[in-house]
Amino acid sequence: MTETTSPSTLQELDQIVVRFAGDSGDGMQLTGDQLTRTSAIMGNDLATFPDFPAEIRAPAGTLPGVSAFQLRFSNFDIHTPGDAPDVLVAMNPAALKAHIKALKPEGILIVNTAKFGSVDLKKAKYETNPLEDGSLAGYRMLEVDLEKLTRETLAESPLDTRAKDRCKNMFALGILYWLFHRNMQPTLDFLQTKFASKPDIAAANVRAVQAGFHYADISGIFQSSYKVAPATFMKPGTYRNVMGNQSLCLGLVAASKSAGVELMLGSYPITPASDILHQLSGYKHHGVVTFQAEDEIAAVCAAIGASYAGQLGITSTSGPGLALKSEAIGLAVMTELPLVVINVQRAGPSTGMPTKTEQADLLQAMFGRNGECPVPIVAARTPADAFGAAYEAVRIALRYMTPVVLLSDGYVANGAEPWRIPDVDSLPPIEVRYAEARGADEPKFQPYVRDPETLARPWARPGTPGLMHRIGGLEKQDGTGSISYDPENHQRMTDLRAAKVAGIDVAPCEVIGDASGDVLIVGWGGTAGALTAAAVRLRAQGHAVSAVCLRHLNPFPPNLGELLRSFRKVIVAELNGGQLALLIRGQFLVDAAPFTKVQGQPFTSQEIESRIEQALGEIAR
Amino acid sequence: MTAVPTALTKKDFKSDQDVRWCPGCGDYAILNAVQTAFANLGKNLHETVIISGIGCSSRFPYYMETYGFHTIHGRAPAVATGTKLANPNLDVWVITGDGDSLSIGGNHLIHTLRRNVGLKIILFNNRIYGLTKGQYSPTSEKGKRTKSTPMGSLDEPFSPISLALGAGATFVARSVDIFAPHLISMIERMDAHRGTALLEVYQNCNIFNDGAFRGFTEKDVRSDRVVELQHGKPLLFGGDHSKAVAFDSGFVPQIVGASDDLPNWDERAVSPAAAMALAHASEADLPVPIGVFRDVDRPAFEDDVVGQVAAARAKRQESMAELLAGSETWTVGG
Ligand code: SF4
Repeated sequence: MTETTSPSTLQELDQIVVRFAGDSGDGMQLTGDQLTRTSAIMGNDLATFPDFPAEIRAPAGTLPGVSAFQLRFSNFDIHTPGDAPDVLVAMNPAALKAHIKALKPEGILIVNTAKFGSVDLKKAKYETNPLEDGSLAGYRMLEVDLEKLTRETLAESPLDTRAKDRCKNMFALGILYWLFHRNMQPTLDFLQTKFASKPDIAAANVRAVQAGFHYADISGIFQSSYKVAPATFMKPGTYRNVMGNQSLCLGLVAASKSAGVELMLGSYPITPASDILHQLSGYKHHGVVTFQAEDEIAAVCAAIGASYAGQLGITSTSGPGLALKSEAIGLAVMTELPLVVINVQRAGPSTGMPTKTEQADLLQAMFGRNGECPVPIVAARTPADAFGAAYEAVRIALRYMTPVVLLSDGYVANGAEPWRIPDVDSLPPIEVRYAEARGADEPKFQPYVRDPETLARPWARPGTPGLMHRIGGLEKQDGTGSISYDPENHQRMTDLRAAKVAGIDVAPCEVIGDASGDVLIVGWGGTAGALTAAAVRLRAQGHAVSAVCLRHLNPFPPNLGELLRSFRKVIVAELNGGQLALLIRGQFLVDAAPFTKVQGQPFTSQEIESRIEQALGEIAR
Repeated sequence: MTAVPTALTKKDFKSDQDVRWCPGCGDYAILNAVQTAFANLGKNLHETVIISGIGCSSRFPYYMETYGFHTIHGRAPAVATGTKLANPNLDVWVITGDGDSLSIGGNHLIHTLRRNVGLKIILFNNRIYGLTKGQYSPTSEKGKRTKSTPMGSLDEPFSPISLALGAGATFVARSVDIFAPHLISMIERMDAHRGTALLEVYQNCNIFNDGAFRGFTEKDVRSDRVVELQHGKPLLFGGDHSKAVAFDSGFVPQIVGASDDLPNWDERAVSPAAAMALAHASEADLPVPIGVFRDVDRPAFEDDVVGQVAAARAKRQESMAELLAGSETWTVGG
């Protein structure tokens, strides 16, 4: 690590929350990503929240074009990317306007003054210049002309001015690296690799990071720099940094290897799920086949066709795509074929807000098909947890011969956190038994004779001698699988399909806190971090508060009913209009109070805490 | 394609299910032709898969003693693509109808043809919706009166052959339900093709669109009203082969007298123009072409997919542990 020469003081902190905000063309995601990787390598616990604009390139300098990235890194166990940032980097007036409200009082505000001309202010709809009108008095503001400094730094570079200006995010990153005592080397290495074929650009970016670092050091603009020691609570092991979509893909591949079944992904590009298609397309050397289909329906149908042939069919999408896949998922339910349907949820309805997070597809996953059509549901709770959730979804699909909906969301998908890499041999085994070939003298194969324990039907791959049979979407006769319109048979088959899903061996849910008490806060999927953080804090204050963050939504964990009845108040927090609350009330007849939000943003742990405190107050009264 | 003698006979391809099409339906003849052709081709039961959508014709898999998958409306090519990619060794046949593959499933059909997935698609074209009891279809002639069009249909039909050619199909052919020997030979030709093979079969729906093709399929008019496309031979027709179809300078097909200097039909032509011109010709003015419109070679999609996976595997070996670890890790003591 480069040593500092400045006379400023050094403060040790437990955590820092920093937010970068700029134009979508300013490279904020890349900048945030670099600080994240470096902090991960330096052993901090961390959580990130990238907040993308809706448009790929909205007009420069305007509010819709603002892209932000928040990172929280710490020396203790954290569950969320933090509510209010300690440091905000605003690359232009629009970024300042969109994010200044979040900054902590007395927080450090670094503004790029190069972009505060009257035109820029007008684009951001500022009447007066906030740098001059006193409105930022409550913050420790540092005015830095990033463009001028970067151009001066790169005076010798052969790049044109535009290309030089594009390095200003790296100059800003250098400043933060000094401020937070970060090691520049991983980023310098990254830049060399990324721009290996463009040495001038690589050199300019490297120069900009270093110059930013030295500028912060020598100019003395900061009275203090800050240091966050490595996290010590972490379980011994080897760690890496993962984003949700990434670890989800790793979970799928690991599960398919455990099962010895090759994976075939049918997918159609859709925000924010496309990275799953990209990621898996890069795993061809692991035998993964990816098929970018002509539409969402073809994508799921191809996955079903692959499962029919004996592979693990997977399809990935977001809410609107799940709607299109409904009929085909029904076919997989009827034909009892394994299938994993990944829905990285985004704000809806309809096209909604594609880049913003929400959890409003739970009931779509649960009920969004014609007929009585039960499907197990598994949800990923954090970026690292997506690995285990994906693994579990595959396990259920293969063991029970059923489609499974795996829910993630934009927040989990694009967020990052450290992940303790599991030992490959410690992963739970997934056993797959294909039906075996039969001779002509053996009894005729019956495709719907079930395993008495799991109620799964046999997986008979085409190509296997003696197992020729026909399946389809028409109701089947129990056992033989022949078409049947018999009333009693339809009742029996409907009951069997329901019993198969209801009987899935789901692990009991873990409780953060005690198994009984005053308030139980229940959530699922991506709200886990905020719920955990709130419960941990309130428990530290002595409150009888517990939290449950569900991974299994259908069927529910076996201990959920009892837990719900062991608290005086139950709150169900979710980013929708109260969908899990509806399911819980319907199934368990408990007075679970919904606490909901649909703003395209995750819960802050403060919001959850306040709601729990309110419930505690009601109990005390 | 020469027929290889096989232990399996046509009867072996019949399942134990009662066939439930209306008596007299053209589907019976097609089922019969497929069973005959499969026996002729020496196919076995367990490596043959028949995948269908929804409609009268899509009941087909239930009547075959092979593997069968009766899927959902319009989606059979998509399901079959997944099956073929998962196991390219399987012999995958798709059975579909004009409503199934040209209306609700039009998108999947064109993209399957464009990709050249190794699927053999038999499209039963009866120019009507049968299973839903008689609405006009995308191939019904304009002005058709049906239950949903009491004053006549308003939309122009399209030709499956021209659609397939337009989508870049590598094998396109047409036959007729009651032309048994021709139909069987076309099925055998499909089997020999690598990549997608599309066969349109004019199929009589004797309940809702009876006689739709009678104008050129009846025995007494057949020779004058049908021209058989045969590779390397001129497009002769008429009882004594006295007439021929030829193209004028504007590439419009015309009826001309037979002569020695007629060009030969080239199903392997680089340009699909001649095939397209025939596909668009009016049924009223010209004899109806049957046979192979186009048969060209292009790599089959599944071969390329398998090839990429094999190339990636040859280039890079990575253990599961290496994959999970990625490029940057750090260790917390213990
Ligand atoms: S309705 Fe028409 S196409 Fe359907 S089975 Fe009857 S005759 Fe055949």
